[in-house]
Amino acid sequence: MNILKIRSIEDLKAIKTKYHPLIKQRLGHSNGLGLTQILVCSGTACSSSASQALLLELEKEIKLRGLENNVRLIKTGCFGFCQHGPIVVVHPGEIFYCRVKPEDAKLLVEAHLVNGKIIEKLLYREERTGAKTSQIAELDFFKFQKRIVLSNCGVINPEDIREYIARDGYFALAEVILNQNQEQIIDIIKKSGLRGRGGAGFPVGKKWELTAMQDVTPKYVVCNADEGDPGAFMDRSILEGDPHSVLEAMAIAGYCIGANKGYIYIRAEYPIAVNRLETAIKQAQKYGLLGENLFNSIFNFDIKLRLGAGAFVCGEETALLHSIMGQRGEPRPRPPYPAQEGLWGKPTLINNVETYANIPVIFRKGWEWYYGHGTATSKGSKVFSLAGKIKNTGLIEVPMGTTLRTIIFDIGGGIPGNKKFKAVQTGGPSGGCIPEKYLDLPIDYESLKETGSMMGSGGMIVMNDDDCMVDIARFYLEFTQDESCGRCTPCRVGTKRLLEILKRITAGNGEMEDLEILEELSYDIRDASLCGLGQTAPNPIISTLRYFKDEYIAHIRDKTCPAGVCKNLLEFVINEEQCIACGLCAKVCPAGAITRDPKQTYRINPEKCVKCAACMAKCPKQAISKGTVRPNKEVITDGATGIFTGSDSQEERATL
Amino acid sequence: MTFHGNKAVPEKQEITFLYKSHELPKSTQKEQQYEQLNRVIRQYSNEPGQLIRILVKAQEIFGYLPEEVQAYIAEKTETPVAEVNGVVTFYSLFATEPKGKNTLNLCLGTACYVKGAQELMNALKDRLGIDEGETTPDQLFTIRSTRCIGACGLAPVLMVNEEVHGKASINDIDKIIEKYRGKGEHFENSQH
Repeated sequence: MNILKIRSIEDLKAIKTKYHPLIKQRLGHSNGLGLTQILVCSGTACSSSASQALLLELEKEIKLRGLENNVRLIKTGCFGFCQHGPIVVVHPGEIFYCRVKPEDAKLLVEAHLVNGKIIEKLLYREERTGAKTSQIAELDFFKFQKRIVLSNCGVINPEDIREYIARDGYFALAEVILNQNQEQIIDIIKKSGLRGRGGAGFPVGKKWELTAMQDVTPKYVVCNADEGDPGAFMDRSILEGDPHSVLEAMAIAGYCIGANKGYIYIRAEYPIAVNRLETAIKQAQKYGLLGENLFNSIFNFDIKLRLGAGAFVCGEETALLHSIMGQRGEPRPRPPYPAQEGLWGKPTLINNVETYANIPVIFRKGWEWYYGHGTATSKGSKVFSLAGKIKNTGLIEVPMGTTLRTIIFDIGGGIPGNKKFKAVQTGGPSGGCIPEKYLDLPIDYESLKETGSMMGSGGMIVMNDDDCMVDIARFYLEFTQDESCGRCTPCRVGTKRLLEILKRITAGNGEMEDLEILEELSYDIRDASLCGLGQTAPNPIISTLRYFKDEYIAHIRDKTCPAGVCKNLLEFVINEEQCIACGLCAKVCPAGAITRDPKQTYRINPEKCVKCAACMAKCPKQAISKGTVRPNKEVITDGATGIFTGSDSQEERATL
Repeated sequence: MTFHGNKAVPEKQEITFLYKSHELPKSTQKEQQYEQLNRVIRQYSNEPGQLIRILVKAQEIFGYLPEEVQAYIAEKTETPVAEVNGVVTFYSLFATEPKGKNTLNLCLGTACYVKGAQELMNALKDRLGIDEGETTPDQLFTIRSTRCIGACGLAPVLMVNEEVHGKASINDIDKIIEKYRGKGEHFENSQH
């Protein structure tokens, strides 16, 4: 197919006029198109719950009934409601269906498309009110959000550049190339107050200015899509749902700093995002929006993909540059900053995915509009991924300054299973755990830092009473210790020593001096490490020591694990009154630790027990509970749930 | 400890399935692989910084990166072997040991961890009788752990080859192992 390359704003407008009615309908305007559109989420989470099979089934059913002229099936990016995927939205009417299985395709086509009936059983049931609702806007999950960066996710087909153009895509690029110079662009970004979304929050305008100032050619634009924080999937969702926004922003950046080449460094673990990006780059090239003489100017810009090969440290900018150059991804001291000496020793601008995704919006709506969102120091919105012990896991976007309570309880729906909120972990392995007392804190870069955590890239993991904070600290240290690249000693050896101490404590062999050593060593590693990985690696320890020191003390002094996680500190017992002597536990025990004396109930031999909890899962009467071991071997339990009831008095309980 | 149970499957058949080498004598197959590798090197070596991509492709061709292949790439791209080996050992994507036919990749990211991924890992190790990073003697399964694949909404997540299984349970693990083990072939539970 021969496509006319886009050379002017008029060319863009022509495409927009053609495709806008479709998009308008998806935004809730019933404009008499005589067309039904079915949007099927095709993000990673929904695809894992068979949304692609559903898509094929729907296609088959539609063809079977000869509806293909009146119905369009559209793949979209992430709606964010991943817990309840696959998500399907039908327009007109904006009917929101969730957990739609491939088997439901027939019903959906027959009942909804042919007979015009809304299918009750596929609607989302709001747990708070118990009411079923068919409208996206009415769902608690969406009500409190403000979608700026994600405004195209779940609305357009990410594999069709024309739909992006219909949403005013590439107009900002045309505008800057045709009518603006370097200083103006930098000025707009500076005034917008945008800060780097990768974690540290460096002012973006300043970074662009610094790179633009360098009098060296060539220069490079790099997009950091190496989203390595466990529990974070914002960047992945943006790339899957709206890849062109990142490409457009990189081209604007290239024009601004005087670069002709861009690289996107993306994790190989994100196959769908890689595919979408490849498609997007090809389409942009075909339409002349990447390549030579963009909009008939002398500006050339092209983008290449580089795949990461699985190293967390490559998220650090100097390590990332080494990796793009095909070397070991080890960091180097700064300065010189990448803005001065980056790829192949040339000035390089590095921003992360979400940062770039903010750029087109700022130009489209104006910096004044953007500046109006957020707090005094942090402007705009932030995308967070919610995961862990929370009802609605998924992807959300809220203005800076939203409280944790709104995010976790209003949007996230709170903690499942009537459990108690304990802490929320932000910033991944570089961040910290924030306890309940800060739930009403409006979050921005500064406030999170004050609590001892950090914004990071935006992963939020919610924890409840069943999570042991010492064990969580150990988990993160295991991660950073494993991912430490080994270049500098404080990080390489220091994290190993920290991990050893934590392992000792969780195994019940800790001593009170360990707490002081942990703290001292943590600060040393923070101050002496070469790169961000080492400097922030002790954060999980520092923050848990700050807010949950009593849990550490319980592990060390009382040899108990209040949350019932650390196996060495647990003992399994059978409640004789509840036991019906069915023998299932003895059968399932891999260690042969459960025996029965004649005419008695079963007993667990603590010497032999390997604490696998297999018996507990098998017992039909829930007569087996795990308790914490006291020095005198007296076991404290709280019924079948095994919740710690405190050591001696109420006062000594962990104040969570 | 036997992994074949009573109906042992001949080793040869496995390899045949893996490499589709039934029509080729071994040496020819190797020649073909190197021929493919040469094409990859020719395609990428004039662009700077493509060592990682060449290694990824080489791993696709050979299944893993033995010393021999590393040395060959080093020679062809005029890079010191130390540098090639340095890159191979740095990134977790590269394997220097052959992998099993099916890779069971369990996510041990934070979201999966707090939802019980560690217990799944223990169950996997227990069922297959191997440790993380190892391959069963019959070359059927390799257990690996990965850091967050970004499907945290479905935690805990188990990836079998390229397929993602969300909200995995110990029960699912048994089913998955059963499914990929093929028909009629039975594992004995390796423990005790």
